[in-house]
Amino acid sequence: MFEQIKHNMETISGIEVYPIISLLIFFFFFVGLAFWVFSYKKDKIDEMSQIPLEEGSIIISKDR
Amino acid sequence: MEMEQFYYDNKIVKKFIYATILFGVVGMLVGLTLAVMYLFPNMTDGISWLSYGRLRPLHTNAVIFAFVGNAFFAGMYYSLQRLLKARMFSDFLSNLHFWGWQLIIVAAAITLPLGYTSSKEYAELEWPIDIAIALIWVVMGINMIGTMLRRRERHLYVAIWFYIATFVTVAVLHIFNNIELPVSALKSYSVYAGVQDALVQWWYGHNAVAFFLTTPFLGLMYYFIPKVANRPIYSYRLSIIHFWSLIFIYIWAGPHHLLYSALPNWAQNLGVAFSVMLIAPSWGGMINGLLTLRGAWDKVREEPVLKFFVVAITGYGMATFEGPMLSLKNVNAIAHYTDWIIAHVHVGALAWNGFMSFGMIYWLIPRMTKSALFSKKLANFHFWIGTLGIIIYTIPLYVAGFQQASMWKQFNTDGTLTYGNFLETVTAIMPMYWMRAVGGTLYLIGMLTLVYNIIMTVRAGNTIEDELAQAPALKKINSTRLSGEKFHSWLERKPIQLTILATIAILIGGIIQIVPTIMVKSNIPTISSVKPYTPLELEGRDLYIREGCVGCHSQSVRPFRSEVERYGPQSKAGEFVYDHPFLWGSKRTGPDLLRVGGKYNDNWHFNHMWNPQSTSAGSIMPGYKWLFDNKPMDVSLTQKKMQAMITLGVPYTQDDVANAQKTMRAQALKIEKSLENDPDYVKSYEDSKKKAAAKGEKFVPMNEREIVALIAYIQRLGTDIKVKETSK
Repeated sequence: MFEQIKHNMETISGIEVYPIISLLIFFFFFVGLAFWVFSYKKDKIDEMSQIPLEEGSIIISKDR
Repeated sequence: MEMEQFYYDNKIVKKFIYATILFGVVGMLVGLTLAVMYLFPNMTDGISWLSYGRLRPLHTNAVIFAFVGNAFFAGMYYSLQRLLKARMFSDFLSNLHFWGWQLIIVAAAITLPLGYTSSKEYAELEWPIDIAIALIWVVMGINMIGTMLRRRERHLYVAIWFYIATFVTVAVLHIFNNIELPVSALKSYSVYAGVQDALVQWWYGHNAVAFFLTTPFLGLMYYFIPKVANRPIYSYRLSIIHFWSLIFIYIWAGPHHLLYSALPNWAQNLGVAFSVMLIAPSWGGMINGLLTLRGAWDKVREEPVLKFFVVAITGYGMATFEGPMLSLKNVNAIAHYTDWIIAHVHVGALAWNGFMSFGMIYWLIPRMTKSALFSKKLANFHFWIGTLGIIIYTIPLYVAGFQQASMWKQFNTDGTLTYGNFLETVTAIMPMYWMRAVGGTLYLIGMLTLVYNIIMTVRAGNTIEDELAQAPALKKINSTRLSGEKFHSWLERKPIQLTILATIAILIGGIIQIVPTIMVKSNIPTISSVKPYTPLELEGRDLYIREGCVGCHSQSVRPFRSEVERYGPQSKAGEFVYDHPFLWGSKRTGPDLLRVGGKYNDNWHFNHMWNPQSTSAGSIMPGYKWLFDNKPMDVSLTQKKMQAMITLGVPYTQDDVANAQKTMRAQALKIEKSLENDPDYVKSYEDSKKKAAAKGEKFVPMNEREIVALIAYIQRLGTDIKVKETSK
């Protein structure tokens, strides 16, 4: 499969740098994501995941 | 802390739920009608607006945009207000969104059966409706983001991120895929041609699945599963990874719809690689949903809502495992163009979207009417008959797809095709089509049970009213980062910045794939023998588009020995440079037509279009009798159409345009003349002349009727390449 990709690309000058750039984009995207996620404190995570379970106190009124 | 009182808008949720139910029934009913048409192809013989080709887009649009769309809006309006502890930003915008969307659906339900279509899958609607969709979509976006700005909860819960991604990505996709040049109020041509049009279309088509059927429902999943199970999501960290990696990777995968087509190889392979990667975030999300129920599986036994959710998420998991597998070129070589794909999308649509919506409706309606569900038993019945329906629908189609693909590729020892006649591969899978219709019927029965159950619940319950709630006001804090505040905590309280970042994440993939294909000329090698269509062929092509022929016939020969043997030389990118829009298709219920030109004589096509079974016994194609009607074809726009094509880069000269009517007539007369070779034709033609005279009607000669233009187009297909090869 890689040969098929390569032969289409050979004609473009400076192409060698593209795979490296893509690798770097992906590497930093996912490392950044991991860093993002694991830098949360446990209680913050708990607090956020509770949001759907609370919805402000519902007042049941009969007049409306 | 000062408490603020406010009302949750439940009425808008109610409206969207009712619309969901109504259009769910309509969409499924049209789907079942289509399934039955496979068994009785001439069921609606002679009624143009009830023909298969025109109803298919109605079914897909109704299910995607009317049923699933309204279900998403209902769930989104319910959850967004509660997650933000605020009423929707503007009641006016909420209602404008609701009525605008329903009006668009009605417009689609009228124009599609009448044959107004741009022919691009899931984007068939013509340009005025496209503009309306864009406007109403923006209305929804303003309402959503406005609500976020007025919220009483600092952190934006992950479900809302999915809603934001849905909003921005669908807007981007919809606008770029529908850039078209209008010719009249309800006719336009895609500005892209051939390969480029195909790439943009499937970048859209694939991501319409991703961002209209998946991300919005993942948002709903992240709200409703914890809500119904009464426990937080399994891992909030995983949900963050799920979100960013899903939207970042999804957008690249579109070209897997075009494997082995004339699309440049690099784009195909890029699509494959990203499709395979997609399995990770998809399954991460599925696991997150299912594991939320850990320790609560006993509830699943008692609560039909959770049963629906579990099957929905399982369906999501199956479809997202199958998707990457189907993207592998060797698997795709088997599955593409067959009913396997139909089975695949129905696992997604029936299980994931359908069951998620049903579960949500069964949970929301009792809550909003402050009563209990009319009958839990009926809901359970719906669950089981629906599940059975999905199984009986999909399994036969998997078998049909595999069987048909194997038959297409089967060779005799002498090197000839074992099933040289395409029809043999169709009649072989008829039993599967029967079973599919049964499965669909079961699923529809389930849906009707829901209708009854919900009507009874609403009648017995209280009127659905806005709900009074109270929450402390959000303390104003500096919009820049606070000291000690992490970047993500800051970002997660800034809806606008979050929206921008999500937009960037989805734009990267789109730009890298689309821009080179459009900009780099060497990606589309031109072929000198490929010439623009004659005026008559152009009109014939528009008839081909109007009748939805592309729903069953591809125009793309893959580079396989079995296909080259059956259809002719493989497709080349340069052949399609004048095709606005491209008509490669995605399903072969009938054979490929790329090289059908010259394969049969004009009379064959004439008889075949009138009554396909007369030339091909056992065919499941319907007749197209209205093309033969005693009325002239509308040629008032021909010159305008050619001018539009010139604007788009098709090299017609001004002479070509000026002489269009003359050249059209000449070509049509030639076809009429060749039809006269058949004595049967001459006889029936004379008969109809007499009949018209007896009725006192004006008789329109054959060369002025629509069928002649369609024959001209079909006879042209693929001939540019053939000429070149024989002259070599």
